[in-house]
Amino acid sequence: MRVSTVLYDDRITEGLEAEAIGDQLWLSPAAMTAATGWKLETEGLCKGDACVRTDTQWVDADGRVNLSAFAAHMGQPVTREDAHGVWAFGTSVNARRDALFSLNAPEFTLPDIDGNLHSLSDYRGKKIFMYSWGSY
Amino acid sequence: MWQAVYEELKDEGLEIIAVAFDTAGKAAVEAKIRAADCAERPAMLARLMGWNDDLWARQAPPTYPCLIDEAHVVAELYGMTNVPQGVWIDENGRIVRAAESAGAYDMVHHMNRATFEIPDDAAEAGIAIRDLYINALRDWVRKGASSAYALPANEVRRRMRGPSEADVRAATHVHIGRYLYGKGAIEGAKFHFKEAVRLCPDSWNYRRQSNMLDPQSIGELNAGPDFWEAIDALGGKAFYPAADFSSAG
Repeated sequence: MRVSTVLYDDRITEGLEAEAIGDQLWLSPAAMTAATGWKLETEGLCKGDACVRTDTQWVDADGRVNLSAFAAHMGQPVTREDAHGVWAFGTSVNARRDALFSLNAPEFTLPDIDGNLHSLSDYRGKKIFMYSWGSY
Repeated sequence: MWQAVYEELKDEGLEIIAVAFDTAGKAAVEAKIRAADCAERPAMLARLMGWNDDLWARQAPPTYPCLIDEAHVVAELYGMTNVPQGVWIDENGRIVRAAESAGAYDMVHHMNRATFEIPDDAAEAGIAIRDLYINALRDWVRKGASSAYALPANEVRRRMRGPSEADVRAATHVHIGRYLYGKGAIEGAKFHFKEAVRLCPDSWNYRRQSNMLDPQSIGELNAGPDFWEAIDALGGKAFYPAADFSSAG
């Protein structure tokens, strides 16, 4: 089955060269980087300063990367939607918990109603009262 | 209505950020701002929300940032499960109060489900809870870390709703649901939001969003039989557990 879309946290990448074999999703190295930000280097899969040593099972003879195996290693939850060729990779519960319990307010960037982007860090130096609402 | 509080405290260093958890995005938020049924019944809305006469008289359109969060990302990051919930973040980006009801009273257990009428004693209780919250916010803005309402780190952590394995899995369904919604695949979106509700049944955001994905329901209030059924399933438990200011001061 050809997969076209990967959701990686809130990153959406469409039109990917990817193939689902059983419950494993294989991507070309370029597609892997486009979808997740992780890049295949000689040391392993790297993003910024972080490198994860590549398990031999993660790369096949054609050089494709098994994103499902990597995500399992990282403790990430995975959900797939075959009808639309979409796979979603979330954040591990440990990473989420560590971030929240550090008490450093997690950063985010969202649009306002006019489409202007705002990041939480734009308001550093002020006391922030952030509240949720919904139209429902 | 938070605009009145913003006007009062912005020159003392307060910023307010509103985040709308709305998969239908701008369309839903704009529909709500029009909110004809509420505009025609302002007295009902003031009672429902617990705004006192002074704050209600000073209401104005917000000039602070009102952000749209289609994938409920902030809910996931901060462990928010309902609206309205508030988080307080100090000048250094540290959380000093984690997600808790932002001064909302548990009105769903007291109101008439057909007319939204609220008995006087509940209306008074609503105002008292809202005033308590706003007074605490004023105290923190003016006194900073020495405010009794800016909690010590261990107390902030103790009160946090830590994420579970089911929560992070639910979030992947919400991301797929939001993606499919954007593609017009409404039934697929509904399926994934329902999965999120199944995994994370205490998220009212997911539950109410899952009931409001039909395009004709944009901007409507989710107060149909499915909502009240879920309220009934709470037994006597609170829909809005009141923010706890007891250990402070």
